[in-house]
Amino acid sequence: MSGDCADKDVVISIRDLVFSRGARKIFDGVNLDIPRGKITAIMGPSGTGKTTLLKLIGGQLRPDRGTVRVDGQNVHKLRLGQLYALRKRMGMLFQTGALLTDLSVYENVAFPLREHTQLPESMIRTLVLMKLQAVGLRGARDLMPAQLSGGMARRVALARAIALDPTVIMYDEPFTGQDPISMGILVKLIHDLNEELGLTSIVVSHDVKETAGIADYIYLISEGQVIGQGVPEAIERSDSCWVRQFMQGLADGPVPFHYPAADYAADLLLEPA
Amino acid sequence: MNQVPPFGSLATMLGPLQRLGHAALKALQKLGRAHLFLVHVMSGLPDLFRRARLLLAQMYSVGVLTVLLIAISGLFVGMVLGLQGYNVLSDFGAEQTLGVMVAASLVRELGPVVTALLFSGRAGSALTAEIGLMKATEQLSGMEMMAVDPIKRIVAPRFFAGFLSMPLLAGLFSAVGVLGGYFVGVGLLGVDQGAYWSQMQAKIDFYDDAVNGFIKSVVFGAIVTWIAVFEGYDSVPTAEGVSRATTRSVVYSAFAVLGSDFVLTALMFGES
Repeated sequence: MSGDCADKDVVISIRDLVFSRGARKIFDGVNLDIPRGKITAIMGPSGTGKTTLLKLIGGQLRPDRGTVRVDGQNVHKLRLGQLYALRKRMGMLFQTGALLTDLSVYENVAFPLREHTQLPESMIRTLVLMKLQAVGLRGARDLMPAQLSGGMARRVALARAIALDPTVIMYDEPFTGQDPISMGILVKLIHDLNEELGLTSIVVSHDVKETAGIADYIYLISEGQVIGQGVPEAIERSDSCWVRQFMQGLADGPVPFHYPAADYAADLLLEPA
Repeated sequence: MNQVPPFGSLATMLGPLQRLGHAALKALQKLGRAHLFLVHVMSGLPDLFRRARLLLAQMYSVGVLTVLLIAISGLFVGMVLGLQGYNVLSDFGAEQTLGVMVAASLVRELGPVVTALLFSGRAGSALTAEIGLMKATEQLSGMEMMAVDPIKRIVAPRFFAGFLSMPLLAGLFSAVGVLGGYFVGVGLLGVDQGAYWSQMQAKIDFYDDAVNGFIKSVVFGAIVTWIAVFEGYDSVPTAEGVSRATTRSVVYSAFAVLGSDFVLTALMFGES
């Protein structure tokens, strides 16, 4: 582990996190540190609870055990007012964009500004146009969310997420279902925004190539545990079979191709009840 | 595949009991959630005073857009009352009191009740579906992450808009219904115009009838809108979940309105 929670270069530190849904344990003793000013990727197969992890960091879910500290504050010990104050410093980009469908692109980006500030309209306009310019969609300000492609919706959501100038931004599966051009744009945006705004970024994804390309540090999660971590080069060279299977996208390996089932031949011969 | 236990075993006998207990506990949990939710919605009221624009926008979509439906329904219900009332009353030579019958039925019962049922079908179901879909598309979750409380920002304006609109709509329903009764009774069936209005004026009491009817419509408005917004907020965030929640919203509203109507009627008119 690099440093502990008192380390000032660590923005988010997660210790011994345990979280279950029903009988299923999603996380079983996860430890991670998100360094300040870097892009940290959290990768793992679908269904390993990567989105759940972001919701735990944002305080939308409560762990069964363990702590999540953001800037030294234990997220789950905060009162609602304090939690909301903390969230103003955290942006989150949802997989679907989560734009408000009854508001235009412009109003969506203006939404957090209108909710949290008393800025005059002219200032809001300037800020909104700056954020939209940063994601290249200043010209789309009058469109409604339904008129946007998936990639554009994510870029608008990104503009909205940075509207309040957060220090941390969390991306939930930003590349899923994107065509190569949108994918390229998003990769570039995540990288550039992190550099230019001095953000700390957390990218949750299972798109190996894109994510490894921009991440400074990678955590691999599977079956509720961190099973690999390191800088991208170290992960690529890892001698763990599981890490190799995931990074190279092999169909079979430690993660079997087949979902656990009864013996195939016996199953075929079984008479339906 | 689950093994079916043999007939008569302890498990088969306890099974239904277990399911009943489970269902009862689930229902109680939901009732508890609904009340905590209502308290949370109420806490959003001060914000609405500062941002009346949010409330007005919802009053338009919840209230104003329901006006036509309520007016037309009220007209027809009043016309039917005029026709049916005339048939019965004229047997006793009492057709002069048609105005009283029409107005009392509308103001005491049909105005609040039918308006509430129509309101839950038109506005309540829309509220449930809207909030449910916002939940399914992570809009509510996204708002939480932007440090905006969705219950205060989204639910509270809708709840109070419904709460305020319902009594106004019920009033409209009764007023149009009285006119409908007038068209049929006076216009078509020849009841004396003066008798229609003067009997109504003499017999319909402001407190007994109008105020009690108003109280009913306030209660129904709160119940219907509460059920609608809660079902949306509590829905399973999938297409199927939202569709079920919308159905439940209308069905529960109907039960709640008719059940509480009986209780309120017993309290208001039980002794007279």
